[in-house]
Amino acid sequence: MIKIAKYILYDILRNRFVMLYTLFLLVVTFSMFSLDSDPGKATLSLLNIILLVVPLVSIIFTTIHFYNSYEFIELLLAQPVSRKTIYFAEYFSISMALATAYIVGVAIPMLLLNFSESSFYLIIAGLLLTFVFVALAFAASVSTRDKAKAIGVALLFWFYFTLIYDGLILYVIYSFSDYPLDKVTLAMVSLNPIDLARIIILLKLDLSALMGYTGAFYKNFFGSSVGVIYSVLFLLVWALAPLLLAMRRFVRKDI
Amino acid sequence: MRVLVLYLLLGCSLSAFGKTWVVDQNGKLNSIKSTIAHSADGDTIRIMKGIYKEGNLLIQKSIVVIGIDYPVLDGENKYEIFTIAANDVSIIGLRMINTGVGSINDISAINAIESKRLKVINNQFQNTFFGIHLSNCWGSLVEGNLLHSDTEAEHQIGNGIHAWKCDSLTIRRNKVSGHRDGIYFEFVTNSLVENNFSHHNMRYGLHFMFSHNDEYRSNIFQNNGAGVAVMYTKHVKMISNRFEDNWGSSSYGLLLKDIGDADIQLNHFGRNTVAVYMEGSSRCHFTQNIFSGNGWAVKMQANCDENIYSKNSFLSNTFDMATNGSLVLNTVDSNYWDKYEGYDLDNDKVGDVPYHPVSLYSMVVEKMPAAVMLWRSFLVYMLDRTEKVVPSITPENLVDLHPAMRNYDYSF
Repeated sequence: MIKIAKYILYDILRNRFVMLYTLFLLVVTFSMFSLDSDPGKATLSLLNIILLVVPLVSIIFTTIHFYNSYEFIELLLAQPVSRKTIYFAEYFSISMALATAYIVGVAIPMLLLNFSESSFYLIIAGLLLTFVFVALAFAASVSTRDKAKAIGVALLFWFYFTLIYDGLILYVIYSFSDYPLDKVTLAMVSLNPIDLARIIILLKLDLSALMGYTGAFYKNFFGSSVGVIYSVLFLLVWALAPLLLAMRRFVRKDI
Repeated sequence: MRVLVLYLLLGCSLSAFGKTWVVDQNGKLNSIKSTIAHSADGDTIRIMKGIYKEGNLLIQKSIVVIGIDYPVLDGENKYEIFTIAANDVSIIGLRMINTGVGSINDISAINAIESKRLKVINNQFQNTFFGIHLSNCWGSLVEGNLLHSDTEAEHQIGNGIHAWKCDSLTIRRNKVSGHRDGIYFEFVTNSLVENNFSHHNMRYGLHFMFSHNDEYRSNIFQNNGAGVAVMYTKHVKMISNRFEDNWGSSSYGLLLKDIGDADIQLNHFGRNTVAVYMEGSSRCHFTQNIFSGNGWAVKMQANCDENIYSKNSFLSNTFDMATNGSLVLNTVDSNYWDKYEGYDLDNDKVGDVPYHPVSLYSMVVEKMPAAVMLWRSFLVYMLDRTEKVVPSITPENLVDLHPAMRNYDYSF
């Protein structure tokens, strides 16, 4: 598996897209911190970018890469290697490439410029989002043979999780505002990886406002480390579930 | 300084004819109670180090009680320690512990009734039900006392410094923690409260009602159960205080209910869920305050009028302002808002574009608290942007026409 992953990684590094992505993140991070005198505000602006860009790049790049290396995968399948190994090697190498780009582009400059708890959580959130959206891209890619269709599905995933889903939550909260909604909102938010990542940061930056929410349930959830642990665990589930589902599909699929 | 105060006290209030008694557990005179009974107006009682369990001590003479090396007066969880019903009494340097607890009587370590010019200086109070309880007193000084209680439930504890129907009090340099309300005033007028530190109290750090013409300076109110709440009062001055770390759904840095003509200046509001909450208040002037890291910097209900917010700094608050209606009768002008994104073409350090401190989403959260979970999502960002371009829900008149481009430099 490691040998296959190594070749795929070489391949990814050769096509320069990951380099550009790293550079983009680097420029954004540096400009945010040098434009804003308040590091807290810079972290916030960076959060907005990370919540949008990281999922988008992860999901689109993975889908395109998967289809571009279709012939390579076919070639490997002809060899005495199990499909699982090939699948995990693919996932591992792509997510590693993107995660490295993120670490070089955001994590390291952030730790150098502004080492604080909130930056630490921002880094964790971005990394987890990368893993989740690469997995989702695999789910989109194995479902169809058609590249355009898969990219469409991937984009829809991204659009759904960044915008549509939050709109739905807001609609539910608005419609049922007469009822106690703490647990319902939390459950709904858990069904969206981008929201989970956002909450990790929210717990650090806006805790005083969150504590204004009535109810002992939220007080416990927000007031201790339970909130962060919960979000991180659910993000991991969000990475593993689509990954394993897509693997089952990939193993049985007629390629 | 302390010596000087003592000297002045001894010199002034005792005058030349006072006699000095020394109470010592190992000496001839070993009971405070009987010494008080034998003393006369103008006498001084010096209490040497030791633990005294003498129940309730009633003072009906103008005497000075001074503790040497903090003698302990133990209420044995049953008694009120001092009951004072005389003018010109001073209680200095004692340590009072374990008063009784009552649900009908306000049992206190020092309970003064109709006492003029009472002085309570440099005492320590540990696990007292009420610490210092003043009723119908005039011209009293409460200075340098340390009050702390370890009680866990709110109904088992009274207020630290409690004053009812008093006038011209000075409450200075006291530290109160673990009580119900740190400092409680009801019908207390023309008084000064300064340099006190009220923290980790169960309910309010400072609580007053119907207490007109009082001044609060350089106090710190920190981490109290429900912050600071003040009600039904006119002509209050609050200057250079710090209101910090009051977290919770009904916790406020400063809650103003039916307050009129107040002057609130140079205060620091940091990391509160709601820094200032105003209801039914009129003609309050907020100038040169700093609001930083709060959930809501200002929540102003629509029934407030003629309040003025000017030259304040709003820094990294989640929401700068919130209100519950569209009618705005208040003025917000010349503040610094860190969320302001306008420009200043004529370079006069005043932004050329007005700033609307109430964001759409703060109105949404006001109506549906659960929606706070979506804060900082892309959707909310877009909603807020759209509202900024075409305001429809947020109150149009709540606007800062002259937002400052640079943060005011208030260093305190």
